Amino acid sequence: MSTTRTSKPARAGQYLALLGYLVFLAFPFLWLISTAFKPPRELASLHPTWIPKDPTLANFRQAFDEQPLLRAAGNSLIAAVCAALIAVAIATPMAYVMARHRTLLARAATGWVVVSQAFPFVLVIIPLFLVLKNLGQINSLPGLIMVYVVWSLPFALWMLVGYVRAVPTELEEAAAVDGAGKLRTLVSVTAPLLAPGIVATVLFAFITAWNEFFFALVLLKTPEKQTLPVVLTHFIGAEGAADLGPLAAAAFLATLPSLVIFAVIQKRITGGMLTGAVKS
Amino acid sequence: MTLATATKRSANGASARRGADHGAWFLVLPALIPILVLSVGPLLYGITLAFTDSQSGRTEPTEWIGLLNFQDLLHDTLFWDSFRIGLLWAVGVTVPQFLLALGLALLLNQNLRFRWLARSLAIIPWAMPEVVVGIMWRLVYNPDAGVLNETLSDLGLGDGRDWLTGLSTALPAVIVVGIWAGMPQTTVALLAGLQNTPRELHEAAEMDGAGAWRRFRTVTWPALKPVALAITALNFIWNFNSFALVYVLTNGGPGGRTRLPMLFAYEEAFRYGQFGYAAAMGCVMVAVISVILAFYLAGRLRGGDEK
Repeated sequence: MSTTRTSKPARAGQYLALLGYLVFLAFPFLWLISTAFKPPRELASLHPTWIPKDPTLANFRQAFDEQPLLRAAGNSLIAAVCAALIAVAIATPMAYVMARHRTLLARAATGWVVVSQAFPFVLVIIPLFLVLKNLGQINSLPGLIMVYVVWSLPFALWMLVGYVRAVPTELEEAAAVDGAGKLRTLVSVTAPLLAPGIVATVLFAFITAWNEFFFALVLLKTPEKQTLPVVLTHFIGAEGAADLGPLAAAAFLATLPSLVIFAVIQKRITGGMLTGAVKS
Repeated sequence: MTLATATKRSANGASARRGADHGAWFLVLPALIPILVLSVGPLLYGITLAFTDSQSGRTEPTEWIGLLNFQDLLHDTLFWDSFRIGLLWAVGVTVPQFLLALGLALLLNQNLRFRWLARSLAIIPWAMPEVVVGIMWRLVYNPDAGVLNETLSDLGLGDGRDWLTGLSTALPAVIVVGIWAGMPQTTVALLAGLQNTPRELHEAAEMDGAGAWRRFRTVTWPALKPVALAITALNFIWNFNSFALVYVLTNGGPGGRTRLPMLFAYEEAFRYGQFGYAAAMGCVMVAVISVILAFYLAGRLRGGDEK
């Protein structure tokens, strides 16, 4: 709903720029899909084409044969679901306090959210590695889940604080006037209004854990325990040589869950970031 | 509104506030304990490790060695090479990415057709695992079967190149991927800032006959500045600390030309088992980042005074 008038050449320039962005953003992804469906003969061709002449699913079959993709996806699913649910369950009450109270604690928590974004992970993972090793939790999903929970807390808090702020305090005050206790107000007034934001945060936390690589690479040693991103790197050989078709097929499959979820919650995430960015 | 509730709360007196604090503790504890145990604790432990000779597989107890790790680091040219590359990479990604994202955000803020398509496409890099982004661009850059060389030769722009293994092309090549991968977050944040700009101001400026550039400079940019500063500082830090993308694309090669500090520290810690030394690297990285954060906060405080 732009109110400013724009001249015709300027409009044309804008469309040209938009086209440039579309090409830049889309072409690597289209190439990935195209490669995933190409038969070996076309992959070896000196003049690769955009659209496979002879599309095939053989790359997908071969990808599953070469690497334990299903088990890796299962590991990723367990880690991401557990981490997302636990993180949001413990973050929601804290986010409420951070949004509603101006105590020292709330301010310290906000400070931690900002500062935690600046840690180089290596400084956290070495001690965690040593501690988890002593606890016998190296190469175990529960160990990884614990790390993921804390790792996803900052942005979960960040998003949730924005959602809590969007719930008018007047509603809570009205409930208090009507004689509802603090807990009652939280459960029957605030929680239902927060629910969509909480769901969006869970899904976002799921995606980040599903996509995470560094902690999984350090903590998971055996192929049976490894998550999908780690297993994907096994397709790339030691010398960087790779079977392009299966590599593309596996990579494409690994992206699908997050793409679908992201398409569903896109508006809420950008909305959450919007309130976060504006209010901070 | 926040200000109003805050004043109201303080007017309620000390007893009410203390009551709120009790409730706050109860609500905060479930998150606070894991944060302290798994984040703050390890961070402090990590910093102390930097002053020890901690190594993997060491049988004798770890010893306190003072500043020895830092002294070694000072003379470790490989580390400073990686540090320089890390800064080059962080600036090389953050600055063009900001400019490109600003352009895209301004376009998406216009009433253009196909805007929805760009919005949807811009989401793809955000939703993708970094490992997949790396794999995908390896396919694009592939010297034989990649789309980039094919397109370039179609356009008559020279023969195929091996982008990711060429000494001079590797770093620019991974920087392009970094820019691509971080576009959505930056664009969305800037778009949020743009939509926060009062439209009346735009209209008033236009009535006064201000051109597009003048309107941008006097109306859009001042409103956008806080968001722009915040996202740029965060992007710089994230980029400086990044790992997965370059690990998959080049694994630091060729000849260390893309070995970011995190890749270097990862190798020291988990390939060579030098935990203490790698922790010292982490400390140096934190120090540099703190300086940048301090600059950012100072700039932001000054910006706040202007308001």
